[in-house]
Amino acid sequence: MNSLDLLTFARGTALNAALAVCAFGILLRLFEIFGLGRKADLSPARPTTPGSGWRTMYARSIPPPGMVRRDPVTYIAGYVFHIGLFITILLFAPHIELIREVTSLGWPSLPSALVDALAVASIIALLVLLAHRFSNPVKRLLTTGGDYLAWVLTLLPLLTGYLAYHHLLFEYTFMLALHILSVELLLMLLPFTKLFHVVSVFISRWYNGDISGRKGVAS
Amino acid sequence: MKTAHPFTSEPGTVGEGLAQRGVSRRNFLKYCSTLASLLALPAGMAPVLAAAIATARRQSVIWLSFQECTGCTESITRSHSPTLENLIFDLISLDYHHTLQAASAEAAEQAREQAMHDNVGKYLLIVDGSIPLGNPGYSTIAGISNHAMLLDSARGAAVIVAVGTCATYGGIPKADPNPTGAVSVSDIVKDKPIINIPGCPPIPVVMTGVLAHFLTFGKIPELDGLGRPKVFYGETIHDRCYRRPFYDQGKFAQSFDDEAARRGWCLFKLGCKGPVTYNACATTKWNDGTSFPIQSGHGCIGCSEPNFWDAGGFYQALSMPITPVQGTLAAAAAAGAAAGVAVTWHNRSKKSAARAAHQKMTVDDLKREEQ
Ligand code: SF4
Repeated sequence: MNSLDLLTFARGTALNAALAVCAFGILLRLFEIFGLGRKADLSPARPTTPGSGWRTMYARSIPPPGMVRRDPVTYIAGYVFHIGLFITILLFAPHIELIREVTSLGWPSLPSALVDALAVASIIALLVLLAHRFSNPVKRLLTTGGDYLAWVLTLLPLLTGYLAYHHLLFEYTFMLALHILSVELLLMLLPFTKLFHVVSVFISRWYNGDISGRKGVAS
Repeated sequence: MKTAHPFTSEPGTVGEGLAQRGVSRRNFLKYCSTLASLLALPAGMAPVLAAAIATARRQSVIWLSFQECTGCTESITRSHSPTLENLIFDLISLDYHHTLQAASAEAAEQAREQAMHDNVGKYLLIVDGSIPLGNPGYSTIAGISNHAMLLDSARGAAVIVAVGTCATYGGIPKADPNPTGAVSVSDIVKDKPIINIPGCPPIPVVMTGVLAHFLTFGKIPELDGLGRPKVFYGETIHDRCYRRPFYDQGKFAQSFDDEAARRGWCLFKLGCKGPVTYNACATTKWNDGTSFPIQSGHGCIGCSEPNFWDAGGFYQALSMPITPVQGTLAAAAAAGAAAGVAVTWHNRSKKSAARAAHQKMTVDDLKREEQ
């Protein structure tokens, strides 16, 4: 199998398999989570605070007062990483072509050089966050194997994408195949690792906000 | 233009042939400079090249055509005659080429056998077309199967040059489902140096350039992992494409010949395979340096890459899936939902079973335990 064959495999069979596992996993977990159910809350809601769930979705997305100063690395690197990754995935022309092909939805792209810079910023942020995880005793204690796995799964597509774009390490065709395969690995494991927060983050934020609201802890 | 400065070369050499044809030394040197730059040699090498080519003996060449469309031969003969490339090509001794030679049938085969016999261990074997292994009868010449003829002709060859994507990698005959069981030259011949010059067809000047290199230096040029000369196949089309700045800026043509395409914007979205195609089209161009596909507004189809025919649609962007994924996605999502419902049902029945099995303790029970 040569590089182009590998790329053909990545764009064909492997992509289909990865999307199938990803879609299966996401639906499975969503049904599982929603199907868990809750016991009926028989107590009356505390001073009702309608919209608490929605407000929490927003409030938890921005740092609480004073926290950026207390833990600048986590917050700043966290934001840089997430925003960089978001733009890299959604505003790079070749990625938009893929989305357009699958969903028939498309939008304008950003200049490739700008996306490239943001991808680099994301990679640096990921490295900083890993170093911080190692050096901060509390974070280190809280870290499990799953966290490292999620870190590797996220770094690989960024790194291989960067190397492919700049024609580094291996020839472009092979690197592009590796890039697509690394994304497929990410897709397949996404529903079964903490990366599932891509889907669940706002659902859980809404739920936490709503239940706390009922109990009188309005956000 | 003809001049009065003939070559003073030995009989039977390329120089003698050039002199006979009235090619001026000046034109010849000019050709050698072009060749030197084409082969990425320093400019000072041109006279050395000229001397070497002029005194080289005419190289016996046997050209075999198997499962092919004659496009490769068309290409090499279409180098806008009379160019010097063409003359150099004429000046090898093309002892067998069943499309170009006048002789046919027995006489043709005799010419091949004669050339092989006279130049054993020295002749250059050029092959275009793939070799069918499914059934020897799929492609024969004078009753000889392609496979047998290749093995027979390869035995005494100094070097084999596979021209065209069919001979180098199987090409279109090998495309899925490969009805004839087509394979490439290198799938069969393992004990001879093979130079691969892929392309559907290859660029004429690349073919003549590689031949000139062999003629001049008597050895094969530096090859990459797929057996291609690095001087011509060292970079992708995308690396050298004049539309590249627009790719970098994210400016893409949306349809063929739209305003953006005319302004030179990148053809990536229209399916251009330039980023994964190693060839020299963007630099040497076609039709005597006139243009190349991307310049005329059509994306590169990647014809010089192995298995390009099965590497997705020509008009699908490189980042698009090769096969439609919507069906897979819908089926997988439905299966996931069904599995989720099953798991939920299982969880709930476990919960209610636990509730049913739950035994309540009364005060009396506790008292009994105390006793
Ligand atoms: S037209 Fe093709 S080869 Fe040229 S820059 Fe665009 S993608 Fe690359």
